[in-house]
Amino acid sequence: MSGYYSQIIIITGINILLAMGLNLITGYTGQLSLGHATFMGIGAYTSSLLTKAGLPFYISLLAGVLIASLFGLAIGMPTLRLRGDYLAIATLGFGEIVRTFLNNLSITGGPNGIRAIPLKTDLTTVIILTAVCFYLLYRLQSSRLGKVMRAIGQDEIASEATGVNSSYYKIMAFVIGAGLAGMAGGLYAHYFRYINPANFTFNKSIEILCMVVLGGLGNPFGPVVGGVIISILPEALRNISPVVSQYRMVLYGVILIVMMIIRPQGILGGNGLFINANRKGNFKIFRSVKGAVKNADS
Amino acid sequence: MRILKGSKLTMKFGGLKAVNSVDFHLDNGEILSLIGPNGAGKTTLFNLLTGIYTPTEGNIYMDEKDITGSKPYSIASMGITRTFQNIRLFSDMSVEDNIMMGLHSRIGAPFLGSIIPTPSSIKANRFAKERLDWVLNYLGLYSLRKEKAKNLPYGLQRRLEIGRAIAPEPEVLLLDEPAAGMNPQETNELMGLIHDLRNKGITILLIEHDMKLVMGISDRVMVLNYGEKIADGKPEEVKQNPEVIKAYLG
Repeated sequence: MSGYYSQIIIITGINILLAMGLNLITGYTGQLSLGHATFMGIGAYTSSLLTKAGLPFYISLLAGVLIASLFGLAIGMPTLRLRGDYLAIATLGFGEIVRTFLNNLSITGGPNGIRAIPLKTDLTTVIILTAVCFYLLYRLQSSRLGKVMRAIGQDEIASEATGVNSSYYKIMAFVIGAGLAGMAGGLYAHYFRYINPANFTFNKSIEILCMVVLGGLGNPFGPVVGGVIISILPEALRNISPVVSQYRMVLYGVILIVMMIIRPQGILGGNGLFINANRKGNFKIFRSVKGAVKNADS
Repeated sequence: MRILKGSKLTMKFGGLKAVNSVDFHLDNGEILSLIGPNGAGKTTLFNLLTGIYTPTEGNIYMDEKDITGSKPYSIASMGITRTFQNIRLFSDMSVEDNIMMGLHSRIGAPFLGSIIPTPSSIKANRFAKERLDWVLNYLGLYSLRKEKAKNLPYGLQRRLEIGRAIAPEPEVLLLDEPAAGMNPQETNELMGLIHDLRNKGITILLIEHDMKLVMGISDRVMVLNYGEKIADGKPEEVKQNPEVIKAYLG
């Protein structure tokens, strides 16, 4: 496969990882987070610094996941009482703090960032990690735990009245989402081999949010659809004309506005296109794929 | 035996005393109705008992244990569940998932058990399935179990909310205006249901404006007016109480 296409697939995989994490936070537990790229940045910096210090890639990738999760915990705890727009502003503030630190610390290389990170991310790694994370998250989301998270997003008071410690599950979602973003960051850094604070700003957070909303908030397949579209769209448009490519952020905005008007629940809709089709068994996702194949055969 | 007790419960919102030094008790196995004009503090009292508010003054005891200031979720786990005045279902979730949510205080949702089947999660799932089927059949919702809660007609939504509340086999059930918006036929069915729940051993505290229902099923009636308790006794006594007639019954 040519480098160009494999690069697009790698970017898509990384974006799907990011969107899946945010989907758990925003789509399920209903916490509007505008700082998701920050967790990606934390994962990227942590793993890059560790690989450059000589640690094996997978160890430093894991460390990036853990540190990002830890930050998720740290930001999740104090902001728990905040809801909706208030939480969004708080996560925004968190992103600014981290960006300022990355810009000024000497260990992170300041605005110059980190260069010459070893090339470790390849197509296979990204595909396998994305698939495994998707599968685990899908299991989680269609389990009782996923339903509890969804219930919190729908009505926090009612879920507390049924005995749900909503803070606990909201933090759990934050930690898992942050960890996935950390992994995405690690993969990103070891593919492009150069990172700086500008890679992980508010714009990136919004881009991730776009993927989630576009695909369908609270749908386990939503981030995949949204991630694929948002990753491939600018590349596809690049071939049409460079002008279109330049205005891709504008295009995101336009897509979001149009989506909100014609299909506010996202392409797949918020409630699982496939989930309700077959509730039996644990491997229903594979079964529905198999079913589709069988149908195509006959 | 006192299952639930509140002593000198006061709840202030700014300068307003929504509940003012109310002594309250609920005996094991009874149906107690809480009545009073709008704004009398009935729902505020409910919110105090279920931990949504922490009382400004006073204490709440369950089985003689002080539970003042406990969080709503831990109160639910102690066996006190409730419905809401304006129905609060998980409207985008199915009927069975709503009832499953009600079982949360019994089975939880552990992280590991959600991703891989563990012995305890298998056991929990089996228990949950049994309870779920029982509740669905008991309330006549079995055929609607896959339906989204928001697609149910109003009366069935109320029923489902009760289902969610009784799923974990609570000791105390708090019903906030369960007959609101129901026609006489539905109200009658509801009365039968409440009676039956009491016979199953659930102690019931009820807020209701439908006097036929209140007087028909209550063992005891408590009247609030402007946050203060003005009467507490058998339905026949309360009906005759001049202060209650003046404040509420008219």
